[in-house]
Amino acid sequence: MAAFRAGRWIRKTGPHRARTPPSGGARPGRGARKKRHHLAGGEQGHRTAGKQGRELRTHRSGPYVSVLDKNRIRFRRNDGHTYSKEEGSTSVRNPRYPEKPMTDAIHAEGLVKEFKGKRALDRVDLTAGTGAVLGILGPNGSGKTTTVRILATLLRPDQGHAVVGGFDVLKQPHEVRRLIGLTGQYAAVDAELTGTQNLVLIARLLGYDRAQARVRSTELLERFGLSDAGDRPTKTYSGGMRRRLDLAASLIGRPSLLYLDEPTTGLDPHSRNELWEVVRGLASDGVTVLLTTQYLEEADHLADDIMVLDHGRVISRGTPEELKTRAGEQMLELRTVDPAQLPLATKIIEAITSTPATSDGLVAGVPVGDAAVLPEVVRRLDEQGVVVGELSLRKPSLDEVFLALTGSTTKSRNEEIRV
Amino acid sequence: MSAVKTRPRTTAPEGPPPVPERIGPLIALHHGLQLAWRSVLKIKANPEEVLGLMLQPIMFVTLFVFVFGQAMMGDWQTYRDFLMPGVIAQSVIFATMGTGFSLSQDVEKGIFDRFRSLPIARSGPLIGAILGDLARYAITVVMVLLVGLAIGFRPEGGPIGVLVAGGLILLFAFALCWMSAFVGMIVRTPMAVQSFAMILLFPLTFGSSSFVAPGDMPGWLAPIAMNNPVTHVVDAMRALMLGGDAAGPMIWTLVWTVLITAIFFPLAVWAYRRRT
Repeated sequence: MAAFRAGRWIRKTGPHRARTPPSGGARPGRGARKKRHHLAGGEQGHRTAGKQGRELRTHRSGPYVSVLDKNRIRFRRNDGHTYSKEEGSTSVRNPRYPEKPMTDAIHAEGLVKEFKGKRALDRVDLTAGTGAVLGILGPNGSGKTTTVRILATLLRPDQGHAVVGGFDVLKQPHEVRRLIGLTGQYAAVDAELTGTQNLVLIARLLGYDRAQARVRSTELLERFGLSDAGDRPTKTYSGGMRRRLDLAASLIGRPSLLYLDEPTTGLDPHSRNELWEVVRGLASDGVTVLLTTQYLEEADHLADDIMVLDHGRVISRGTPEELKTRAGEQMLELRTVDPAQLPLATKIIEAITSTPATSDGLVAGVPVGDAAVLPEVVRRLDEQGVVVGELSLRKPSLDEVFLALTGSTTKSRNEEIRV
Repeated sequence: MSAVKTRPRTTAPEGPPPVPERIGPLIALHHGLQLAWRSVLKIKANPEEVLGLMLQPIMFVTLFVFVFGQAMMGDWQTYRDFLMPGVIAQSVIFATMGTGFSLSQDVEKGIFDRFRSLPIARSGPLIGAILGDLARYAITVVMVLLVGLAIGFRPEGGPIGVLVAGGLILLFAFALCWMSAFVGMIVRTPMAVQSFAMILLFPLTFGSSSFVAPGDMPGWLAPIAMNNPVTHVVDAMRALMLGGDAAGPMIWTLVWTVLITAIFFPLAVWAYRRRT
């Protein structure tokens, strides 16, 4: 557990690690591997054959989906330690329903939802493994909230089906609701009731008796640092506190699946980081988290896998690293202390990378394929006496990812919605 | 050895919550009661809201009794006695608008979604809202009555008459609040609920025998007033509180109550289920 928190996890699955050749025969039982999110670029939301031509095979047995093969996932921390975890094996069981093997926490196929003739969701497929954090990324109006609402049994899809925790959302909604916790964009707690009253109400509705409900409520208030505010009406809480209370309310039933719909929208950076810490803690406790967000940074920090939605379609899937790499090369950006030196600096970096650079008079940028140019750039700039104010090598932002994937930016998307 | 008394701390059990596998009607009622308690807590948190509800009846009573009473019936005490059952009925009927309003507000604020995502009875929040509001109507009856008592209203029917009359108007309000719930689930915003209710309830209460006997109304209005269900309720209440033949109006009231409930209860449940 401590190892999980320190350092940044880089997740690699066996066959896609460039340096390690697949040792076919050495690993037993790897016939049809369940392929989840490692798709070649350019697919439009369909699970087609991946890089090595393996097809997804999903077997249905009874009312739930089960996957037959083991998929070993290796996590490599960026200081070299390897940690191995078996995922997708049929020995993973949901402790609440031990008789049902549960491999994918969420599995949705072909979801379509129309509002007034306009398609909010257009054949969306989604899979989240047990204990994983799946991020759904997209601008306003892309269908993120609609997806979450369908998976929380609040909306019925026009087409397609979804299985959550082994239960169909349409046929067995009650069982699904027993497993999930939901936090919406707007904090859905009673403003006039106190924090304690809110939590006790939900606990009682979930079947706890009066004493247990009180204890559970106190526990959660303590965990989220709201003990002092427990007896004040929630309308007196700050935005961050209300979000925390909303999150506490969704955790009363100890759900094994948690849906967070844009949980940090409108929060200040401090509250946002606090919430991220909480979500990380939950994920490491084994809760499957489905997170929707507009911010690549948030998806980057929290999600194991990301699904990018645009106008109701899945336009890309992958780990955060993969997405950013797939979306484009890294950008080298340079600002000189004296703007007059910028043209010289621009020429230098152009020469090193043999690529035309863009410059707006203050900052010069050039795409680079490999971070190895950086020492060379620094050396040459120093040789020529250029005083550098800022030099950065960064992965593309969400805007740049979107630009690469869709041909337009999130800003223009958000404006579209407003108009 | 000193006897140290430690209280055993009840811990919430580990593991998933004790949600029943299937929700039967008893459990649905339990959920409804929990949510009714929530409505009561909201009243407790906002006592000024209930007091604000009192403003209208107090205003009406003082206005009609003291300003118009003498002109209406020659002597304001007579009018006061005539008016009180009507004002009680009118206040409660206007209070039913609050049901639809708060349901619509719940949708707007996302609490509706929160409850719908919980493994509780589907009709739980609706039952809870109705039950909780019945408490509010009862409070309204008591407070308007107190205002009347304060200006000298002494019903000849005695406490029994008053109780039965109170029960009757609550029964009628129960029917009306399904209509209010239906409107609340159909209309888009809470404000629209209020406007809609105003447009409906003003003619309903004023075009009845609450304030004026239908015999004293213009020729075209009298028949409408005579057939207005509120007229029957108020006539029954008047007979119960002041003495008179209550049987006829009471029967009519029950008929109307059953009719309105039969129409709007299924409509309200349907609109509630379909609301997303």
